[in-house]
Parts: sequence; C-alpha cells; structure tokens
Amino acid sequence: MTDTTDPLSREIQGPSPRQMLKARALSHKGLVFGMVVVGLLVLVAIFAPLLAPHDPYAQSLMKRMVPPVFMGGTWEHPLGTDHLGRDYLSRLIYGARVSLLIGAVAALISGVIGTAMGVAAGYFGGKVDAVVTFLINVRLAMPVVLVALAVVAILGGSLTVVICVLGLLLWDRFAVVMRASTLQISRRDYIAAAQVIGASTPRIVLTEIMPNVFNNLIVIVTLEMAHAILLEAALSFLGLGVQPPIPSWGLMVSEGKNMMLFEPWLVLIPGAVLFALVLAINLMGDGLRDVTAPEGRS
Amino acid sequence: MLTFILKRLGLAVLVAFTVSFISFSLLFLSGDPAAALAGETASGEDVETLRRLYGFDRPMLVQYGDWLFSALQGDFGESYYFKLPVASLIAERLQVTMILGVCGILFALITAVPLGVVAAIRPNSMIDRIALFLSVAGQAMPSFWFGLILIVIFAIQLGMLPPSGADSWRHFIMPTIVLGYYAMPAIMRLTRAGMLDVLNSDYIRTARAKGAGESRVLFKHALRNAIIPVVSLAAVQMGFMLGGSIVVESVFALHGAGYLAWESIARNDLPTVQALILVFSMFYIVFTFLADVLNAWLDPRMRSA
Repeated sequence: MTDTTDPLSREIQGPSPRQMLKARALSHKGLVFGMVVVGLLVLVAIFAPLLAPHDPYAQSLMKRMVPPVFMGGTWEHPLGTDHLGRDYLSRLIYGARVSLLIGAVAALISGVIGTAMGVAAGYFGGKVDAVVTFLINVRLAMPVVLVALAVVAILGGSLTVVICVLGLLLWDRFAVVMRASTLQISRRDYIAAAQVIGASTPRIVLTEIMPNVFNNLIVIVTLEMAHAILLEAALSFLGLGVQPPIPSWGLMVSEGKNMMLFEPWLVLIPGAVLFALVLAINLMGDGLRDVTAPEGRS
Repeated sequence: MLTFILKRLGLAVLVAFTVSFISFSLLFLSGDPAAALAGETASGEDVETLRRLYGFDRPMLVQYGDWLFSALQGDFGESYYFKLPVASLIAERLQVTMILGVCGILFALITAVPLGVVAAIRPNSMIDRIALFLSVAGQAMPSFWFGLILIVIFAIQLGMLPPSGADSWRHFIMPTIVLGYYAMPAIMRLTRAGMLDVLNSDYIRTARAKGAGESRVLFKHALRNAIIPVVSLAAVQMGFMLGGSIVVESVFALHGAGYLAWESIARNDLPTVQALILVFSMFYIVFTFLADVLNAWLDPRMRSA
C-alpha cells in the first residue's frame, strides 16, 4: 500500500480489510448517528464547566420555575430553572457526566467479571462451565431493579455505591456471549496448534482467544452501558440511586414529577435527553455488530 | 423427556436455594442488622435487646436455616413497618401485580407478534421499518418517563384516563402499555427472525408448490413453527416484567407487590424485602422452567440440553 509509484500493483491490491470496515461503518446510518450523538454528549460531559452557563448547584429563591425560552422564558436561562431556582440547562449538562460515568464504569466492571467467567467457561468447559452456567442462571433469576434498590438503600446512595452495584449485577450478558464465542473458537485448529506447541493457558487466552472475541465484546459493552444508564436513572427516579443535589437525569425527572401538572417540561427535557443518549448508544452497538460481523445480521 | 424434566427441575430447585441464600444475606450487608433496625438514636442496650429479640446473636447459617425452614412453610416473619405477617402482606399485594403482569404480556404479544409477522413477510417495507424503529426506541425508552408522558397526555391534557390508583380496569390501561412496551422489542425481533427463517425453508416452498393458499402457508405452516421460541421468550419476559413492575407501580401508584417492595426498601423493612426478592425470583424460576419444558415438549431436539 505504501508503494504509490506503481499504479498497477495498487489497482490489483484493492482496499484493505481496514478500509472496507471503514467504508461499511460510514455507510451505516444508525452507527454514524449513534456515534455522533454519543460523541457530542461525551464532549459535553468533558467540557461541562466551560459549556454550562450557570453553577448547577446555585439556588435562587427569586428565580424558581422560570420557563424555558420556547415557553416564554429568556436566554438568561435557556431551559428555565427548577423548583429551587437552579439553571436547568447547566444541571442537564452536568447530568451527562453522571450518566456517562456510571454507564462506562459499570459496564467496565461487569465486562471484566462477565468476560472472565464466560471465557473460562468456554475454554475449560466441564465443571468450570457447569459452575458458570449455574451462576448465570442464579443471576438471571434475581430481579435486578429490586436487588439494586435494596443494596443501594442498605449501603446508602452514593455515586460509588450505584456504580459498584450495577457493575456487580450486569455481568450476565457478557458471560453468556463470551462463553458462546469462546466455545466456538476453542474448537478451531489454531487453538489446538497453540496448545501443541506448549503455549501457556494465559497466553492462549490473551493472544489467540481475546482478539477473536473482541468485536462481540465491544458490542456488549455498548449495550450494557446503555442498560446501566437506564437502570441508574430508574434507581435515582425512585429516590434510591444518586442522591440530591447531584444532577442525575433520573433524579431531575423525579424532582419535576410533582410539578408535572403545570410545568411538564421539567419532566420532558431530562427524560428526552436520557432517551436520546440511550438510543444513540444502542444504535452504535447494533451498528458495530452489523459492521464488524456482517454475517450475524438478522 | 422425563429425565429432561427431572434434570431441569433439579437445576431450578438449586437456583432457588442459592437465590434464597443471597436474598437472606442482604440483611447482613449493612454489618449489624440490629443497629440498622434500632436506628441512629438508639442506645447500646436497645440494640442488644433487639438483637436478642430477632435472634441476630445466633450464627448466620443458623439464622438462614431457621428463616428458610419457616419460608418453606410459607412464613416469612413479621414486617418491621406494617407489623403484619410478611406472607399475607405480599399475598394481598400480589394480585395487582399479577393482573398487571398478565395484561402487560398479553399487550406485548398482541402488538409484537402481528408486527413481527408482517415485517417478516415484507422485509424492508415501510411496516418493517416502523417495527424496527419501535423496537429500537422501545429499548431506549426509560419506562418511568414513558409512564409520566402518558399521564401528562391522557390523564392531564385529555382527561381520558385516571392518572393513578387501581380501582377499575381503566386504571390498568396505561400501566399495561408501559410494562408491555418493555417486552415488545424482544418478542417482535424473535417473531420476525423466526418467520424469516421459516419462510425460507424447504417445507414452505413445498407447501406453496402443492398449491396451498398464501394465508394457509403463513398461518398454518409458518407461524406455528416460528411461534415456538416466542412462547418461551414470553414466559421469560413475564418473569422479568414482574421484577420490573416496581418502577411502573410507583409511577402509577398501583399498590401491588412492586410498590410494596419500594415502600419496604425505603423503610428499611428487611423481612419484606427479602421475601419479595425471593418471591419475584421464584416467579422467574417457575416461568423459565415451564418455558423449557414446553419447548422440549414441542421440539424433541431441545431435550438433550
């Protein structure tokens, strides 16, 4: 590819797999849309202090429930203020940090747990597989929302507790998918070849198996991140997740609920942003699956 | 078939016991359940009295055995807050949750299966795209937000439906939609995928070749086979939905078991919480067991698993 002097060889070589992947990715509308929205919200979260027009915690009794611009408000508070006079746009912007942080870290924790269990089950089989399958069954039988609520209530609602609880609860899909893909790959000849030349188990897992299940892993990471964000919002909405005054979108919906009759935008705005973020992450995950494994499309 | 059922039953029982142990040990997550129960203002003496009264001074495994033994006889202890037997409290509230769960899964099936079938008959058509959009949006929709929007539109703006409570069938319309919508995407995707798969199979071609009418091919030959996995998915979703009804019940103030769970968690009423976790898990375990048995009965290839 680096040889640009010979037009003939360039013509024969055609696009590399990487270039083909890029072309497929860019022509996938859902993936592009998802990545743009998620990327924008990540930037918003990172640069929150620069973007937010006001302090998200600053209360003002003089300016309670100012309506947003499109409902007759002023540009001083583009999305209005809440029942404590806090700027809604600023809280929304800082809320992106809470959702993305919780989603990313919870998906990371559950990803590590689930992948370790799934790969072990798929590679070793036998008793290890039986134990892991059993644990997955037990985990699926536990009602997630109920257990998460109970644990957060017992330990006290903080960002760390919510992240850890979700991380420890959402590993089931990782384990299921990683087990299935590892099982498939372990039967291949190159794994047998690696075993025959005396490669150690960690080496086989890290250099032969992991690169081949990586695409599946990324897809599950995105989908579980969306799942964790939705669950955090639900927990915070029920008052047993992230605690006030931290601006969590679920908490904002819950706080706006009491004034829903007169100020429906207090509920509509944070919910719509939450919906958009989760939708974008899901579209990104579905798109990644289509693009990296075209044969697995349904 | 019998060996399959026995094996599967053994697994279900083992899972149930493990879940019961986990939900019991939640009590000890806070460190000292007696101190947690007594509250921050209690003296050391009060805590000790409570500890002896509720038997927290015994080894944990003994307490678990005791709790499990009573639970197997239907006795989950007394609620700290309501001062009533937990079992009768849950039994009373479960009715609302069961009605909601059954309505929710029926709503999901009635809407998702036809959509999935039509989407499979005409892939990439307008209806297929709408179905795909609905399923993608459904997975991303926060159920509490969806519920509140319905309340704003149908209860506040239009005044057509009551916003909360469980007094008549009209109170159940919005909760049913919210809970059912949650199960729709998975059912629709599976119906569509199953129908596509079946429609491309040889026996459908044979049925068409021998001159069977299109509706006969679709409903008598194709759907009957494509629907098998959907039935077991619906059972699994039903188990998930009962566990997820806690959010819906709190949005619509439906006083069912999910609402009870929320109340008792907020009030630190651990015996009720433990029992509810176990009850919801049992529903899931029973539903998945029945689904697997049904599957094995319909499709003998599944019996080897």
